[in-house]
Amino acid sequence: MHASVRPAVSVNIPPIVTNAATRETAAALAMRMTVSKVNFFYGTKQTLFDINLGIAANKVTALIGPSGCGKSTLLRTLNRMYETVRDTRLEGEILLDGRSILSQDVTALRRCIGMVFQRPNPFPKSIFDNVAYGLRINGSRAPLSEAVEKSLRRAALWDEVKDHLHKSAYELSGGQQQRLCIARALAVEPEVLLLDEPCSALDPISTAKIEELLVQLKDLCTIVTVTHNMQQAARMSDFTAFLLIGQLIEFNPTPQLFTTPGDPRTEAYITGRFG
Amino acid sequence: MERHFEKDLNELKERLLWMGSLAERSVHQAVHAVLDSDEQLAKRVLEEEDAINELQIEIDDRVVQLLALHQLMATDLRFVLAISRINNDLERIGDQAVNIAQGAQRILRHPRVKPYVDLPRMSELVEEMVRNALNAVVRRDVDLAHKVLATDDQVDHYRDQIFRELLTYMMGDSSVVFPAFELVLAAKNLERIGDHATNIAEDVIYIVQGRDVRHPTVDRR
Repeated sequence: MHASVRPAVSVNIPPIVTNAATRETAAALAMRMTVSKVNFFYGTKQTLFDINLGIAANKVTALIGPSGCGKSTLLRTLNRMYETVRDTRLEGEILLDGRSILSQDVTALRRCIGMVFQRPNPFPKSIFDNVAYGLRINGSRAPLSEAVEKSLRRAALWDEVKDHLHKSAYELSGGQQQRLCIARALAVEPEVLLLDEPCSALDPISTAKIEELLVQLKDLCTIVTVTHNMQQAARMSDFTAFLLIGQLIEFNPTPQLFTTPGDPRTEAYITGRFG
Repeated sequence: MERHFEKDLNELKERLLWMGSLAERSVHQAVHAVLDSDEQLAKRVLEEEDAINELQIEIDDRVVQLLALHQLMATDLRFVLAISRINNDLERIGDQAVNIAQGAQRILRHPRVKPYVDLPRMSELVEEMVRNALNAVVRRDVDLAHKVLATDDQVDHYRDQIFRELLTYMMGDSSVVFPAFELVLAAKNLERIGDHATNIAEDVIYIVQGRDVRHPTVDRR
């Protein structure tokens, strides 16, 4: 006879503590960032309307919506990246750990809130120097090579590059370059990592690697990602915000938003009825 | 590279096995409520039904979530679809056990019609089918699944034999019609449990090999 491998029977079904299956609510979690009544303007054109959003600490929050809905703009408000574009204006309040980001030194702010872009943009330097760059300009006292290794390991790139750290970053594949950019952002140990469509230029395998990486990285920092790929948001995020023409239509735990959306416009978008 | 949804898949399987264990135990207790004239066992089956129903709902929720959040492919997709079906079969097995337990309570109000001979044999066979079907799920064991499928005819044979025999008792003595009829229903319910076990076994073959072995007469062009 086969020995049964099932657990001993008890009517008291033990609960399983899960990641994706938990019905966690935003309210019960510690907030890393809070966006309140944010309006945003390019010149006279308003692109965000009265956005209110809490970004939970050590979770992945995804911003989804059709092209031009304002998801990238919202992401760029979070570390004041919009200030690099002329004639822009932000109304409202954005807090990082309870402090307004608008009253902080912008360089210090961006050290706390790192960013990774759509296309990998490594510096024209070696792999090592790419990661070490941020540490050097920040005058880090930690031994450089250890810090570089730590960041590359966290970005799940170490094993692939450890034997040629002094080769040019441009010799890496697109997926590797993107993980290098994540390693570079992680090197200064940011509290929040913003990603603007980090996988849109990558093949499916590299995309899967980055997704897994981000799920693991949330132990280290809070992640906000913009994606036009709903399936990606579904797979990797804890919370999802759906934006439409500058308005936040729905913001809910990802399992809820993708199984029982609260707004018919969300339902229409995620089922491919428009957008 | 282990994908993070594998944790969710493992949890889903774990929950299904809890449910399977409860269903298996319900069948055992219900049958022995009849065979051993044990009213307590019958009560326990009725008390434990809620736990199975709760698990059915939880497992369905998990299936919906996995399908909505992860674009499952190939064996993962087949596994989750099969779990959804097995979930229903297990809930039905629990229901049939409840039917048998309720029948046992009614049978106990009457003197025993006859010594039970085929019913214990049939129930052993059915319990073994359920156990093997669940073990086949755990181990993705196609051979064991085929063994379950092969047992179904024997179970049907016992059911027919029990029907025939009880019919002769009922024709001979109308005072035994009520308990004898309840025993016929118990055999019928047991046979249905065996059918659900074969459904589970068919799902195992579907998970492992991607072959749909249900209804072999259907033309699948």
